[in-house]
Amino acid sequence: MTQYDVIIIGGGAAGFSSGIYTSRRLLKTLILSKDIGGQTALTTEIENYPGVDFADGTALMMKFKEQAEKFGCEFDIDEVVGIKKDGELFLLMTATGKEYVTRSVILAFGMSPKNLDVLGEAKFVGRGVSYCATCDAPLYKGKNVAVVGGGNSALDATEYLGRLAAKVYLIHRRNEFRGDEILEARVRKLKNVELVFESVVTEVVGDDRVRGVRVNHVTTNEQRKIECDGVFVAIGHVVKARWLGDLVDYDAIGHIHANKLSETKTPGLFAAGDVVSGSFKQIATASGEGVSAALRCYQYLTKTTGRLLAPDWDIKKK
Amino acid sequence: MSEITLTSTTFQKEALESKMPVLVDFWAPWCGPCKMMGPVIAEIAVEYKGKVSVGKLNVDDHGDIASRYSVMSIPTLLLFKGGKVVDQWVGVLSKADLKKGIEKHL
Repeated sequence: MTQYDVIIIGGGAAGFSSGIYTSRRLLKTLILSKDIGGQTALTTEIENYPGVDFADGTALMMKFKEQAEKFGCEFDIDEVVGIKKDGELFLLMTATGKEYVTRSVILAFGMSPKNLDVLGEAKFVGRGVSYCATCDAPLYKGKNVAVVGGGNSALDATEYLGRLAAKVYLIHRRNEFRGDEILEARVRKLKNVELVFESVVTEVVGDDRVRGVRVNHVTTNEQRKIECDGVFVAIGHVVKARWLGDLVDYDAIGHIHANKLSETKTPGLFAAGDVVSGSFKQIATASGEGVSAALRCYQYLTKTTGRLLAPDWDIKKK
Repeated sequence: MSEITLTSTTFQKEALESKMPVLVDFWAPWCGPCKMMGPVIAEIAVEYKGKVSVGKLNVDDHGDIASRYSVMSIPTLLLFKGGKVVDQWVGVLSKADLKKGIEKHL
């Protein structure tokens, strides 16, 4: 089995930035990610990444990826689901059943959309249940859809879908929104949007695809079935890191504790970007943290393996 | 380009009545993940030339086909054999995994 110097989990701004730096230091690097570009790739307009006036998220992330690969960084689409520490090595297990051995790991898998955790949700992912309006809304032209949530992402999704779908039900567990007022005002003006307040989704129903949702009123307990072809879940994002077990410490909301040098409590295990407790969730900060983690990881490896320091200039490009 | 561009009018003949298995990539120009899968699909088309034909279907222009096969999220890849869907993949996946999936049906 090939042994890597470092495996980076996550292919977003943090992960690719780490990969650029570790590869340039000639560390044998692999990025394992369940997608390409993470949340950035789902953003259509980026105006705050320094040095780039205006970018499409997908295009920007493809650049990050190409840059890492140019220096020899390997990349594979796969989800890491298990980790074991074996002496100074780490063993990683993936969703497709592959195993990898590495001297160090950088955790940079960011945040994932929060699930509703109701009956039918998992079954209909890709068959009507979506976590990304930007990605899937155009497939619901002229159809009826439900949006679940009450913050900016739910309001955004509702406004976007309102322009395409026949009817949008916005289901929210409170009786007021928690997003920007301007956005709320725009949503309230849309004639084809029905606000379903103080209600929670209890089940997603369908046959070979979504046909509707069952909702429950939180105070009256009254039940209602809403017929729709799609359910857009927009109730926020969470760090799904519990599979790391006790190799790391978590904060109250499940983010990973790492110090300023990106170190977790386990030597050789680093964390960068949105997975880190207190991170700012920006492309530029994630990228910077990815670089810190890479450099600290490099120092760790030179210390533990006794290998000579390789400069990051005058290296051969792939 | 080794991929065929499928439309609502050519779908029956080129995908369903094809003698070879057909891998259909449901995509749209506004879809970022589809753009990322693009190069993989193009490589598959070249590598499997003569064994699997690879078609691209723009869901914006040919929504009727997408809707017929309940494509609600893209990219979606459907593998047709003898006019029937024998396998499907939703979202991005690695070339190795896609090849493994295709090989099962050859």
